Order: sequence, then C-alpha cells, then structure tokens
Amino acid sequence: MAYEVVIGVEVHAQLRTQSKLFCACGTTFGLTANSQTCPVCLGLPGTLPVINEKAVEMAVRAGLAMNGTIRVRNRFARKNYFYPDLPKGYQISQYEAPICEHGWIEISVGANQKRVRIRRAHLEEDAGKNVHEAGSGMSLVDLNRAGTPLLEIVTEPDLSSSEEVVAYLKALRDLLMYLDVCDGNMEEGSFRCEPNLSLRPVGQKTFGTKVELKNINSFKFVKDAVDYEIKRQTKVLNEGGKIYQETRLWNHERGETAVMRSKEEAHDYRYFQDPDLVPMEISSEWIEQLREGLPELASTKQQRFITEYGVPEYDAGILTSSKALAIYFEACVKLYPQPKTVSNWVMGELLRELNNSGTEADASPVTPERLVELLTLVDQGVISLKVAREMFPDVYASGKAPARIVQERGLTQVSDEGALVTIIEEVLKKNPAQVAQYKEGKQQVLGFLVGQVMKASGGKANPGKVNDLLKKTLG
Amino acid sequence: MSLTLLHKLTLSELQRKFTAGDVTATEIVRAYFLRVTQVEPKVNAYLTQCKEAALVQAERLDQALKGWRKTTPMMAMPLAVKDNICTEGVRTTCASRMLDTFVPPYDATVVAKLRAQNYLLLGKTNLDEFAMGSSTENSAFGASRNPWNIQTVPGGSSGGSAVAVAADECVAALGSDTGGSIRQPAAFCGVVGLKPTYGRVSRYGLVAFASSLDQIGPITKDVTDAAILLGAIAGHDPRDSTSANVPVPDYLKALKRKDLKRLKVGVPAEYFADGLDPEVDQAVRTAIEGLRELGADIREIKLPTTDAAVATYYVIATAEASSNLARYDGVKFGLRAAESKDLLDMYLKTRAEGFGPEVKRRIMLGTYVLSAGYYDAYYGKAQAVRTLIRQEFEAAFQTVDLIVTPVTPTTAFKFGEKAQDPLQMYLSDIYTISANLAGLPAIALPCGFSKAGLPIGFQLIGRPFEEETLLRGAHAYEQATNWRAKRPAIR
Repeated sequence: MAYEVVIGVEVHAQLRTQSKLFCACGTTFGLTANSQTCPVCLGLPGTLPVINEKAVEMAVRAGLAMNGTIRVRNRFARKNYFYPDLPKGYQISQYEAPICEHGWIEISVGANQKRVRIRRAHLEEDAGKNVHEAGSGMSLVDLNRAGTPLLEIVTEPDLSSSEEVVAYLKALRDLLMYLDVCDGNMEEGSFRCEPNLSLRPVGQKTFGTKVELKNINSFKFVKDAVDYEIKRQTKVLNEGGKIYQETRLWNHERGETAVMRSKEEAHDYRYFQDPDLVPMEISSEWIEQLREGLPELASTKQQRFITEYGVPEYDAGILTSSKALAIYFEACVKLYPQPKTVSNWVMGELLRELNNSGTEADASPVTPERLVELLTLVDQGVISLKVAREMFPDVYASGKAPARIVQERGLTQVSDEGALVTIIEEVLKKNPAQVAQYKEGKQQVLGFLVGQVMKASGGKANPGKVNDLLKKTLG
Repeated sequence: MSLTLLHKLTLSELQRKFTAGDVTATEIVRAYFLRVTQVEPKVNAYLTQCKEAALVQAERLDQALKGWRKTTPMMAMPLAVKDNICTEGVRTTCASRMLDTFVPPYDATVVAKLRAQNYLLLGKTNLDEFAMGSSTENSAFGASRNPWNIQTVPGGSSGGSAVAVAADECVAALGSDTGGSIRQPAAFCGVVGLKPTYGRVSRYGLVAFASSLDQIGPITKDVTDAAILLGAIAGHDPRDSTSANVPVPDYLKALKRKDLKRLKVGVPAEYFADGLDPEVDQAVRTAIEGLRELGADIREIKLPTTDAAVATYYVIATAEASSNLARYDGVKFGLRAAESKDLLDMYLKTRAEGFGPEVKRRIMLGTYVLSAGYYDAYYGKAQAVRTLIRQEFEAAFQTVDLIVTPVTPTTAFKFGEKAQDPLQMYLSDIYTISANLAGLPAIALPCGFSKAGLPIGFQLIGRPFEEETLLRGAHAYEQATNWRAKRPAIR
C-alpha cells in the first residue's frame, strides 16, 4: 500500500539572554557544575520567580518574525513531574496561553515552496542535567542549565519528507540566529528538535498513530532519523502490524530508533496557572515597537541580493544563510562594487576556510578590507588570480595583509617583457610539435603553451601579457 | 526598671523605653530569655531559640549606641518569627522532619527588612507542619500549648507565634496566614493578629503552602503594635511578582481618631449561623454593640456564598500545596531517606519519612483535584467559586467600610479533640478562609472570655489595601474596652 507521511516538529530554542528566565544567574554553557545557581533556580524553599523581560522581548521578536500573533495577556503554568534535574518538582511553562500563535515560515525544497504553519511558540524554563558517573553507581545533578529560557516552537503537521523537515529546521534556525535570539548551537543543545511523524494510506483524511523522535543533535541525524522511522513504520504497516503512540530515541551509532516511553507511561502533568507569577501584559505599543525594530530576514535579504547586486539565486541563498556572512558580503561590495566576483570569493575561498575552522564570518581573520585588497592586487596585475587563490589560506591563517605576503614571498607577477620573452623562448624550444601545430592553424594549442609558460614562471607571469607575447613570437 | 517586668511591655512601650535610654538591648535580651526559661517548658512556643546570637547582636548594638541614641523603630525589639519564614543562618524547619536540618542561605524579605532595622531575633516559633493545621498538633516536634489553659490548643498554624506573644516570650511575632493561621491562634490566645491584603507584604522567603493565599502578618499584644510591625514589613518587593506596588502609609496615623463616626460596618448573617458557639456568638454581638456605641453605622449585609468557602479553600490550597511541596524530594536539600535502591525508592521513602499525615493528606487531595479528568470538576470549579466570593465582598464593600464577624466558631479546644477528624478541624477556619480567598485584609482582636476563662476574639475585614480602616476600627474598640488587662496565669 502507498503511504503518505505526516510530520510535525517541536523545537526547543534556548534564548540568548544574559540571565536565566526567573533569576539573575548567568546562562553560560560548560561551566563547573552548579556554579551558575542561586536559591531561586535551585528551588530552595520560600524563593520566588521573577520574569526576565529580555526573554519576553526575544520571544516576541521571534514570534513576529515567524509571522505569528503575539498574546497580550500572558500566563505561566506549572508542569508538574518528578525528576532530579527539575529542582522545584515542576517546570514553569506556558500552557493554555502561549506568547505566540498562528505563525508560518516559508521553506523551499528543490523548486518547491511551502508554507509551514507554526501552531504555537511559548516560553518555558529549561531543566538541569543528570550526569551518570560510570562505574560509581552514582548519579550527579548539575543545575547550571536549570532555569535558562527556552522558546518551544511547535508546527502544524505540515511536513511530508525528511528533506522538508531539514529545510524547515534550517530556515527556523537561520531566522532565530538572524534575530540574535538563539545561537543555534545544536551540539550544545541550544537548538533541539523533536519531529513527530505518522503514516496514513494515501487519500485517507484521518491521521495515523504518531511517534515522537528525540535525541537528535544535527541536521544529518534529523534526516537519518526521519527516513529510518518512515521505513520502519512502512514495514510495520505493510506486515499488518500496529504503530504505537510512543517516544523513540535516535541512536546514530546503530542508525535506528528505539522506544523510550510509551503512551501508557505518559505523565499527567497536572498543569495549572502558576500562582507565583501574575499575568504578564505585553502592550500593543511594545509589540509594534519590536516589530519595527526587526532586522531584514534571510528570505527578504536573498531577494534583495538578487535584484540589487544581480547575483544568481543560488549565490544569494548561500550569502544570506547567515547574518554574519551577508554583512561580510555587503561590506566587501561596498568597497569593491563587483558583486559576482566578491560572491565567488566569499562562497569559495572564504567559506571553505570559515567552515574548516568553524568560524563565523564576523570573526574571520580576513576582514572585508583584506579580501578587497587581495582582489585589487589581482586587478592591478601585481599578482595573478591563480596566485591570489593559492595564497588565500595563508592570508587567512596568518592574518597578515595580502600585500605584505606578496612582498615577503616574492609573488609579484612578472610583467616585464624581457623576462617573459626569455621564458617563452625556452618553452617554445621544448615543445616543437605544438609550435608546428599552431603554425598549421590549430589556434587552440595556444592555451597549452600559455599554461606551460605560466608553469615555468612559477605562476608569476601575467597571463594576459604571455598571451600577447606568444602570439607575437609565433607570428 | 526591673528586668522581671520588661516582658510585660507592648512593642510601643518598649520602643519608648529603649529610645529614651531607659533600657539596653542586652537587658532586653536577658529579660526575655529569663521569661522564656520560666514559661517555655509549659507552653513550647519555640522550635529554635537564638539566645547566643541575640546577645551578641544586643551587645554590638549597645556598643554602637553609646552616646548616640538615634534609632530605627524596630531596633533592639525582641521578636519571634514563625518557622516557615526563612532566616539566614538560622534553621527553618516548617515543623517538618523534611526540613529538620535546613539552614537557609538567605533571609525572607520581611526578615531582611527587620534585620536592616537591627531587630533582635529571639527564636523561631512552632507551627503545624508546613502551616497545615489549626492547632499545632501537626508539628513534627510536638504541639504548643495555650497559655490560658495548657490543656487546650493554641490554634494554628501560627500557634507558636501566638503563644510566644500571649506568654510574653517576645514583644511581638510574625506569623503567616493562608486560611486563618494568624487570626485563629490570635483569637485562641487572646492577642491581636493581622492578615494583610494579599500582596501587601512580600512572600519572598516564606516557605510556600498555598501561594495564592499565603500572607505574612503581625501577631502582637495590641492594635498599635500591629500597626507598627505591619509598617516595618509591608511594601513592594521586586523579588515577589505578586507583591503590590502600592505606597505604604503611616499606619500609626490611622490610630489617631478614637471614634468610629461615619464608619459603616456590615454584619453578614451567614457568619452567625449554626455551629457558632453561643458564648462566642454573644461576645461578638456585644462587640458589635460596642462598635455602634463608638459611632459606627451597623448594617446587615449578605455574603451568600460563605457556605462554599471551606470546600473551595481546600481544593485550591491543596492543589497549590501538592505542587509547592514537590521540591522536597531528597535530591538537593532537607531529608534524604537512607538506603534507597533506586530513584523512585528514594522519592517514596524520603517523602514517606519526611512528611506527617496531614501534609500527605493534603498533597494527595491536591494531586487528585488537578488530575486529568478531575481538574474541571474540582480545581476549575473552585476557581469559579473563588471569583464569586471575591465579587460578593466587592459588592458588600460598595455599602460598608468594614465587615465584622467571629474569628472562630468556638474557643480553644482540647488536645486530640479534633485531631482524628480532619473535617471538624477544617471547619474551625470557616470564618477566616473567605478573606484569604478574596485577598482581603482582616484583623482578629480580643472581645471577651468564655466562662471557662478562654479568650474570645472577633474579626474585622476591610477593602484591599485599606489596612488603615481596619486598624482604626480595631484600635477604637480596643481603647474603649480593656480585655488586655487580664493576663494568662500559665499553669
């Protein structure tokens, strides 16, 4: 039987606030266990939460950027369950009244555009972390993360393939990073995704039984886990089996999902309004003010790059994939108004080095000014394009000015006719067959000879000049 | 003055003596601990005494004050604090085995305010475990006894604080009131107890029982003292979102008028129905006549939903408690049961050993009313009734300035009398619970004695943030009567 896949996604994005959601503790990742705690986030008796306004602001901005409706009168609820990493025995979250509803994000997979509806986005506090010490029989609790602000973003079941899920997650992550509300770091858990999916026979209106996937911390794993789960469920259904409503963990080493808990074990969270927090009013004036302050988002920027700079759609997509990269590109173009040339360098040499070293464009050792300096050296004929490309990794690694590296290594292009003619004569002497072919009218041999001269000059010869001189010499 | 008489003074009297230099801080501490040593074995008001620390603090004050007597109002005032209010460096047990060894690394905001004024903490007072109860019989460390008759309960949950004030073991005390826990023991012990408007006093550092109902307030020897202590602890606190940003008036100014002319006082018939002890009924009605003689315009009012208050309260309070008490899991602080085989076992053993029967009962009740499938029928419905009760008070306060009622259906009962029947115990809060549900300020003050010689109190309820009216009414009545002249013999 043919099945249709129905997928929804839940994302927990950690908001980039300085302090936690309900206390003044910091939110830095990776500090000594429990060094980033206070009586409030430890849940000591008698302590009370106070909402962090900055987190609310970030949630509103994210909600607006997702085209959502912002709730004016917000309430917080307690989600009650016992776990050692949950200091109060309940998590403060939003239940009936999320801060944002009815949003959407545009994604494209191949040539297809799709609008993914966001059902809701709500604020909640994160839990801590349990550390199980191998061999000691002990479990330790680190509450540094307890109370850090999260925005939980839930889609409608609008996705129908692993490619779409990845495209949605990339678009959402880009958006949050563009807004500076989330650092998007999947390995450190700043951007956690939990797809849920079900299958139904093509044409059936009602949904099949839903399975939730957890423990996915890269886009590759998202794709692998969703693809695996589609295959697994298809097989079960084709064999006449039954899908159970459950949560399954992705095991990337085994390349499969396994049951974590079934619906029968699901908690009754006994949600109720948190009496420690008064309803939070978000004024429409503030919402409008934040809306006006929203930065240009990736999709708008991509369109603008196409029309304003005339770069291809593909280039525009890559250049706007991160805010820092887009800013870098525009800074270069401002100094060096040849967008396509800049685009080639940014997408090629620069991005390769950035990716290799895991650096964002705004921290690139090669600043826009340095890159433009390099391009100008080529234009002025000081170095060849080839040399420029070859020396880029050194410019990147050393952080030195390109002109200085050129000088230090004697990379200056040879344009002096006397010196070039000497090299040309030697090359012609070594390749009599090709000279003969050229003279018989085989023009294309010229390229080969130019290449030989370039090689003999150690890449320093000015190719234009070589071309001219070769033609002249060969008559 | 003789140190042996110092403990009989009210807060305002002691303030005057200290400010005038008639008595030193050290003398105050010595005098009070002399008194504590005498009567504490009979009444058991304190869970923790802070004699050494208080002496050190008093000597420091006396040194600092040599030749310079400009003082803050609460300086050197010897107070007792209910043991569910956090005190930095002093263990705070909530009268529970769960927190037997818990020493908070922070002060509750009310304590920090008093500390900033250099008050003297004499000790932490007994209560029903986690403030759940009406007699202190639920304390894990033994009940307190009523100074007027040590065979009877002092009331609760702030029983220890009421006893300490009534037995002159401190000049004034802090209690907390979730459904009557300040007012009921104040009435049983013949002292003044004030529950402020919800949000008037910061709850930061008050170990939560039911967050939407809890409020810290003063238990004092007279109304003037209640005005002084309320002024010292009231005000907005950025650490408590539910504390209100409303200016704190000078409550002593409210006491200047001695009559009640043009004050409209409502009498709700529902508060004088079946179950009210005739002696209490008579004393309260006489008090109402007293208010009339002072010029008050007494009017009948209606609060028809009163009969649903107890049920509503026990749904909302237990629901919040079930969540508030989830943090006592043995993981981070307080008791952890030994020898657990796994996590669940640790949870179960810790909570089984740490909590007493009443706390467990309320956690189970609260968990049940919030459960899927029951939420709407219980918690949802209770919230709706709570709104109704609040609206009835709002309507009543359109026509009256104060409402007068009994505090308790009976005088102090005997130990064990209600301990086996939780419902009877719950009903002893029937007249005090509504003020918590509606968030209103209310004061309990003495208005007589039963034939058996036990104190009887009456209650005034006011509009939100109008503690001044409450204090004015209570003070005028107190000045016109002289119930405080009679002191307990403590036998």
